[in-house]
Formats: sequence, structure tokens, C-alpha cells
Amino acid sequence: MSRQTSRFDAKKVNAEFLTLTYGALVTQMLRDFENVEDVNKQLERIGYNMGMRLIEDFLARTQAPRCLEMRETADRIQQAFRIYLNVQPSISNWSPALDEFSLIFDSNPLTEFVELPQDLTNLRYSSIFSGCIRGALEMVQLEVQCWFAQDQLKGDNVTELRVKFIRRLEDAIPAGED
Amino acid sequence: MIIYGVYIVSKSGGLIFNLDNNVPRIEHEKSFTYPLDIVLDYDSKKVTVAFNKKESINVGHVLVSVNGILVNGATLADGRNVKTVLEAEENYPVNLKFARPKMTTNEKIFLASMFYPLFAIASQLSPEPKSSGIELLESDTFTLHCFQTLTGVKFIVVSEVGLGSMDMLLRKIYELYADYVLKNPFYSLEMPIRCELFDSKLQTLLEIIEKTGFNNLDK
Repeated sequence: MSRQTSRFDAKKVNAEFLTLTYGALVTQMLRDFENVEDVNKQLERIGYNMGMRLIEDFLARTQAPRCLEMRETADRIQQAFRIYLNVQPSISNWSPALDEFSLIFDSNPLTEFVELPQDLTNLRYSSIFSGCIRGALEMVQLEVQCWFAQDQLKGDNVTELRVKFIRRLEDAIPAGED
Repeated sequence: MIIYGVYIVSKSGGLIFNLDNNVPRIEHEKSFTYPLDIVLDYDSKKVTVAFNKKESINVGHVLVSVNGILVNGATLADGRNVKTVLEAEENYPVNLKFARPKMTTNEKIFLASMFYPLFAIASQLSPEPKSSGIELLESDTFTLHCFQTLTGVKFIVVSEVGLGSMDMLLRKIYELYADYVLKNPFYSLEMPIRCELFDSKLQTLLEIIEKTGFNNLDK
């Protein structure tokens, strides 16, 4: 996940290590909060804070220019998933206005060994993803909404993460960029 | 190639990091007889040479010590007023040490926040729409290179004149920032950067560049 040197592919960790640490985090939070809704919220918040920092890493690595349409943004998000999680979600279900799309995951590395118990059907196990996307895009002055439309943990065939463009944060755009 | 300093300005325009690199501190000590043949300007904060430059003591240099006693603002370390000491004939001959003035942290913060609106003005003055802000600022003694990320953080490198594009270095510094500052869980965004790992990596990077140029950058 992190790099020792500045080369792109220098440091790799086993995906299972991430899966298990994330699992430990979620179970610990379930123990701490008891209320599933609170856990969802906290996971989303953690993701948001991660996204705000991760975006700099992504930009520094890829030297990506600013996106001026949602399709580019979708490609970048796809690319980010490839870099950080080595999964390639497919992009589909565009809304006619091109302001909303889905990321479809055939497999989700975070839920590799996970089965949701009966009493936790409200838990959005991977909501760290949606937080992360929201936080990262907010740093490049795009406000989006992000939620799970389908989840393999809840018996769906695929995991579908929906991203909806809300607005450009005009006043946050740095001078010389607007 | 000489790099004088690296500055990082946050999204909101505050100086969050600065590193002085390789700026030789030039000091000159000389013995003077009465009457003093250089004109000094006595300020409450410092004593500077106002006129009559003498050998390597230039106009603008500040007084550092009198007979080895450090000068602190307008007073000597032993409490005497510099002006009274230098105007009294019985104190001569006197040894005065002058040095190039050094920016204080406050002055740096002030200048960094001055650069922020300049950058914005530059982008608005542009005859073409969608201009970037200042990327290169040249003078006869230094060149300033600025790189603004998509998130609004500015990386500024001050180097000697006549160096080509510093894009490579600025990007490397951005990578170091992404790695060693933002991945540090104890660093909160927009705050001054106090990360030793970042300092040392940056120092190494600058050393490599000063010795071998950009060729060996991908260490």
C-alpha cells in the first residue's frame, strides 16, 4: 500500500493483510458502538479522511490533469482502485445526464473472507470506499454523493457503488486553476 | 546547481514548510577608527549599513557584533545602546562584524502569504482565459519556481539563475509530501509540517540534485 522509495511499484503488501486488518477495524467498531448506523457513519468518516490524503498520493503518482467531465473522473476512480487495491471495477449504468454512474465490482478485496451475521444486515461493510471517493473528489473541488446500490454481502451478484455528481465547488478552486 | 530554499504554501495561503538550503552566511569583520566612515541606519530592530559601502561590507548588511559582543536589535548583549557606543570617540578603534541579513520566520510567513495573492492576480491579468498563476519568477540573483497541485498546495523552489525547468524536482517534492507528510497519521492537514522523515528525505533529494543534476533522480 505504501511506497518505500518513489518508484511506482516498489512496495506491495499481501491483499489478505489489508482484508484482515480492515475486518479487525470493523469488528472493533461494532463492539465499541453497538449501534450499526453509527458504525456505518464512522466508517464513512474514516474513508473521507483517508480520501483527503490519498488524493495527493494519487495525483503525485499519476500526474493526472484536472477532470472536466464526469467520464474522465470515472476513469480516474477506476484507475485509483487499480493502483491501491489491484481490482478493476467496471463502469456502467450512466444516467442520461451523464452525472451519475456505477462502479461494478465482481469481487471486493475488503470482503474476501466475510459473511454478514443475520443481525447486521444494516451494516454497510465497505462504506470506507464511498467515504474515500467523496473525500478525494472534494479535494479536487467536486462534490459527489456515493452509496452502495448492490452488495455481494447482502446476496447480490455483484457489488455496485453508485457515484452522483452534485456540483463543482467553485469557490474552493485554487486561483490559476479556475 | 544551487537551490537556495524550498517553501510549501497551503491551500489557504499559509506557509506550512520552509527549508533554507545552501545559503552561505557571509560575515565580515573589520576594525574601524574614529570617525566611523560608513553610514549606519539605527532601527529599533536592527542596525544596517545605509551608505558608503566598504570593501565587502555592502549597503543593506546588518551589524552582528561590536568587539565580539553580539548585537541584539538596537542594543548590545551587555545592555548598552549601539548608537551611543559607536558615537563615543573613546570606544575606538572598534571591531564591527557585518553580515547579510537573514529572514526571520515571521518575515518568511509574511512573504509566503504575499505570494498567494500575487499568484492569483497573475492568473487574472492573463489576456487568455484559464491561465495558470506564476510558474516562474526570474530576477538577476535568483529564480523562483512554483508548482500548484490540483488540490491547491503550492510548492516553491528558489534556485540560482539560469537553471532550466524544475518540474522534475517540484514533482519529486510533491511525491515526498504525499508519502511522508500526508501518510503520517499525526499530521493534520493545513498545519505546519514538522515531520523529520520528510525533512531528511527532502535533504537527500536536494543533495542528489546539487551533485548530479536530474539524471540520477530515480534513485
